[in-house]
This record gives sequence, C-alpha cells and structure tokens, in this order.
Amino acid sequence: MSAANLITMAGVTKTYVMGDQDIHALKDISVAISTNDYVAFIGSSGSGKSTMMNIMGCLDQPTSGSYVLNQRDVSTLSEDDLAQIRNEEIGFIFQSFNLLTRTTALRNVMQPLIYRGIPFKERKQMALDALARVGLSERSDHLPNQLSGGQRQRVAIARALVTKPSILLADEPTGNLDSDTSRNIMALFDELHSDGQTIIVVTHEDNIAAHCQRVIELFDGQVKSDSNPDSVSHVHSD
Amino acid sequence: MFTLIESIRSAWESIISNGFRSFLTTLGIVIGVASVIAVISLVEGLRESIGSQFQGLGTNSLSIRSFTPFEQRLQGQFARITPEDLELLQERTEGISSITPVLYSQTGTGGEIRYRGQSTFTQVQGTTYSYQDVGNSYPDEGRFLSATDNQKRRRVCVIGSKTAQDLELPDNPVGEFIEVGGEWFKVIGLMESRGDMFGVSQDDYVLLPYRTMQSLNGVQREPDIAIQLSVTNIDDIPVVSERIRTLLRRSHRLTGDTADDFKVRSSEQIAETFDQIINTVTLVVTGIVGISLLVGGIGIMNIMLVSVTERTREIGICKALGAKRHHILMQFLIEALALSLLGGAIGLALGYSLGLLVASAIPNFPGVSVPWWGIVLALGFSGIIGVLFGILPASKAADLNPIDALRYE
Repeated sequence: MSAANLITMAGVTKTYVMGDQDIHALKDISVAISTNDYVAFIGSSGSGKSTMMNIMGCLDQPTSGSYVLNQRDVSTLSEDDLAQIRNEEIGFIFQSFNLLTRTTALRNVMQPLIYRGIPFKERKQMALDALARVGLSERSDHLPNQLSGGQRQRVAIARALVTKPSILLADEPTGNLDSDTSRNIMALFDELHSDGQTIIVVTHEDNIAAHCQRVIELFDGQVKSDSNPDSVSHVHSD
Repeated sequence: MFTLIESIRSAWESIISNGFRSFLTTLGIVIGVASVIAVISLVEGLRESIGSQFQGLGTNSLSIRSFTPFEQRLQGQFARITPEDLELLQERTEGISSITPVLYSQTGTGGEIRYRGQSTFTQVQGTTYSYQDVGNSYPDEGRFLSATDNQKRRRVCVIGSKTAQDLELPDNPVGEFIEVGGEWFKVIGLMESRGDMFGVSQDDYVLLPYRTMQSLNGVQREPDIAIQLSVTNIDDIPVVSERIRTLLRRSHRLTGDTADDFKVRSSEQIAETFDQIINTVTLVVTGIVGISLLVGGIGIMNIMLVSVTERTREIGICKALGAKRHHILMQFLIEALALSLLGGAIGLALGYSLGLLVASAIPNFPGVSVPWWGIVLALGFSGIIGVLFGILPASKAADLNPIDALRYE
C-alpha cells in the first residue's frame, strides 16, 4: 500500500529563525496521501497551514524530516530541481489567482509548458484543451482584468491542469469569490476528483472542507485530527 | 535556444506594454548612439570626399618647390628651383611618367584679369603640355596648351571653370579674349571642373604657356619655378622623391648637415595629414560618447531594477509554475539587451538623419556616409552595455525566493 502513496511525509519539522527567536511552524508531522485522495487541510491562522502548503508544493524545504513525493525524496533537492518537480508534479491554485496580468488567458495557461520545452503549436493546443476543460474556450483571448473572479480562477485551474500534474494544490481557492461562484469552483473540483485527480485544498472554511473525503486539522504546527488516519499509521509501521 | 526564443517573446511583450517608459529608458542610449553616428557619418563623408579629391590630384604625383627659411628671407636670400633643375630631373630620374614646370607671376601685376567690364583676381601660372597629365585634369572645351604655344610664346590661355564664371564669359569661352597683367590673351580651352575642397574652389586659375609667362615676368630675373611630376608606379614614390632630393642637393651644392632649400611633397602626405586630424577628432568624440553610453547603461540598469521589484509577484508565479533560475535570468537579461539594442537602432537612424541635416546646413559640405564598422560599433557597444547593466537586475530577479515573491504586494 505504501507504493500507492503519492505523498509520504515523515517527521517533517520546519523552523524559522526570526531575530533571536526560533519559530516552529511545523513540529514532527507525518502524513501520507494516496493517489486520487481529496484532502483538506484546515486550521486557524498560525496553525502551520501555509507552511504545510509551501512544503507540499516544493516551494520550501523542511528543516528536518523526509518528504517523498511520487517516489522521489524532494527534501534535499536543489532549487532548480525543485522547480522542475513543481513543473511536473504540482498544479497550484491560489486565493488571489496569481495570473500574469499582462498576457491573455491562453498565454497564462501556456506559461508552465514553456518551462517544459514544449513547442508553441503543441503548447497552444494543450492550453486550449485545458481551457475547454474548465469551460472557458471563448475567453481565451481575454486579459485577466477583462474576466470575472470566477473566470480568473478557472483560468488558474486550467493553468494548473495543463501540465497533467499528480497533485492539484489549492490554497484558499474560493477566498476571493462570492458564494455562488465558490460553489461552481468546488463543483469543478469535485468533477476533477471523480476523473481521478488527486486534490489537496488548504482552507479555513468548513463548507469547503466538507467537499473533501478527508479532512486533516492542523493546530500549532501539529496534526490535531485526521478524519482518515489510516495512511498516517501506515507511515509509522513502515 | 528554446528558452532564448521564449525570452525574446516575453521581453518584447514587456517592452511594448511599458511603451513610454521603455522609450525614456533607452533615451540615454539613443542620444549616445545618435551623436556618435552623426559625427562618424559627417567625418567619414568628409574623409571620402577628401580621398576622392586627392585621387583627382593624382596620388602618384609629387610637387617640388623652393623653400627659404624665414631668417634667410629677411636677409634677402631666396632659394630657387631653376629650369636647369627641371632638365636635370628630366634626364637623370627614372620612373617619372610626366613632368612639368609651373611658373608663377613674379611681376606683382599678373593676378588681375579682365573680360569686358568684369575683373577678378586669380592665380596665373605658366606651364607646359604635361601639366594636364600630372594633374590628371583635362579640358572640357577647346584644347590644352601645346608645345608650339610654348615655343612661339603665343598669347593664349586655358582657364578654370570658376574663373570663367567670375568673368561672366560665355558658356563656351573658347575664342574670347581676356586681359591678363595688361596683355590680351586668347582663351583656347576651358578645364573640367574639380569641385570644392573645404569650400575653396579648385577651378579658379589661368594657365599660360611656360615661356609666355617667362617673357611676361621679364628675362632679367632668374625664375623660381615649381615642378610637378607624376610617377609611373605609385610604389616608387619614396624612391623617386629620394632620388630627386639627392640630385637637387648636389646641384644646389648642399653638403653635410645643411638643410634642404626645397621641399618634395607627395599628395599622399597631404592626405595623410588630413587623415590624422580626422582620426583625432573621431577619437575624442568617441570618448565623450562612450561616457554618455555609460550613463545610458546606468539608466537601463536603474529601470530594470525597478522593473524587477514591480514584477516580483510575476517572477514568483513563474517560479511556482516551474521556472528555473536560468529562465528568469534570461528573461530579464534579454529584456535589458533588447532595450539597449532598440535604443542603438533608433540612435543609428536618428544619428544618420542628424548627419544629413547638418551636412545640408553647411554649404559645400560633401555627403554623409556611415561605414559598416560604425554600425557594428554602435550596436555592439549598446549590446554590451545592455548585458553588462542587465546582469545585476536579472540575477536579482533570478535569486528571488518564490514564497516571498508570491506574497509580495
């Protein structure tokens, strides 16, 4: 069963030094997530959610402990190697969309494929397919500021999907959207999940977490509760 | 290669979307390159025109004149080149294709010439048939002075086109009579135009047969002549001029350390002197322009640094999407390079137009010309400036931490 684990974290600790004070953002966290899991990380601010998300997304590295992503130990990789892992394995979705403001929706979706060295024509086709997947084919020529919030987040989702990542990593994906649009976006997530996509959502909203099959609550840098802790115990028995 | 194309694409988008600021940024480079190209185009135009005019004089020609130092002149002693010297050179120097004496008016009245109501001052010289071959200029109308004109001391003359114009002679002045030094001369030829050099006409002269000039000057004075000659082979100029010097020193009885009482000059030497002056001017201007390009480069660096800060979030996004260090580095480096090359190209066009404008404002200025090395220099230098001053902002961008960059507001 451990071979099916997409993410295996064992004893992950993250410590920041601020002035002469050490801040322990994460304390000895062990979590395992399998393929096609639909997981929510919840917790109040300061619980370590963001640090968790950064480490899972390979934007940051743990101070100690190991992180195996898709059978590769990424806790000691160089910055350029991490960039490649992000490009191949992770699809990011942010609260503030984080689209490139000066380029069209299509170009935004094409952007991650540049770093993979895919030629222009092929890139364009892949991006168009991804935009079609989120129902935005007709808006591909629009600039981000010509799109509504929900449409922007759909572009961001298309951009995350276009690389066919093993994990969709969403950080407060509905934080900037009204409730109707939020429901639409979450419906899209549910649909993607039923197509086999592994999705991890970091949120503080219970109704968002309710969409997920598994909810992990963080508190003060530690796992407070896990609705489906089987995988975790499995790590310990390894 | 792939990264390069993508970087160029994104650099172009960024320059276009910040149009006005990009323009202001490159202004330093534009002005620097424009001024260097303007100066180079003017100077090169001048150099080319001088070159072609010396070609007209015949680069294979030598001129010999007597030379008296100032103190000796005060004492009333004058060195002379005599017709005997001419004979000597004619007989005892090899490699001369044509040689001619030139005798200037020595009576003090010869400079004034008249035709009907018009009068003007010009240079009156006595010379022979070979003059046209040495000077490489031939009559447009009529004929040149012949050997018979010389022997018979005929009262005929050949005139330059400027002189003809000043005297308001008819378009074809052959057959008209003009008054030179109180005597009447028949115009038998009108020389082809040689144009201006530094705004001075090369076509303002009257040529008489050598012996006619001699008789005008009066036989009692021993004449001081100038000798002009052309050599058969241009490479022989140093040998021939050394041979002439030896012969003349012997005939003038100059021994040991005594200085020459004559000067042998080739048109090549004169051209070289001009070249040196022009090179010095070019060098000085290039130095000044180098400083202005440096300032332009600092301007680019400044704006690129601002641009990196402004686009911190964008850099963060790209890094999250998988951009490696070299992707970001390339993108900003190419942007700096594109900015400065764009400035260089605009400067090139502007400088050339400026050169044309200045050239057209100065009367009698020859055309402008931009040599290939000027273009290479301008673009190459601005390119180097772009890379040099782009490195710092680009590496600053590439070194950004993706988490901090994403959080940047």
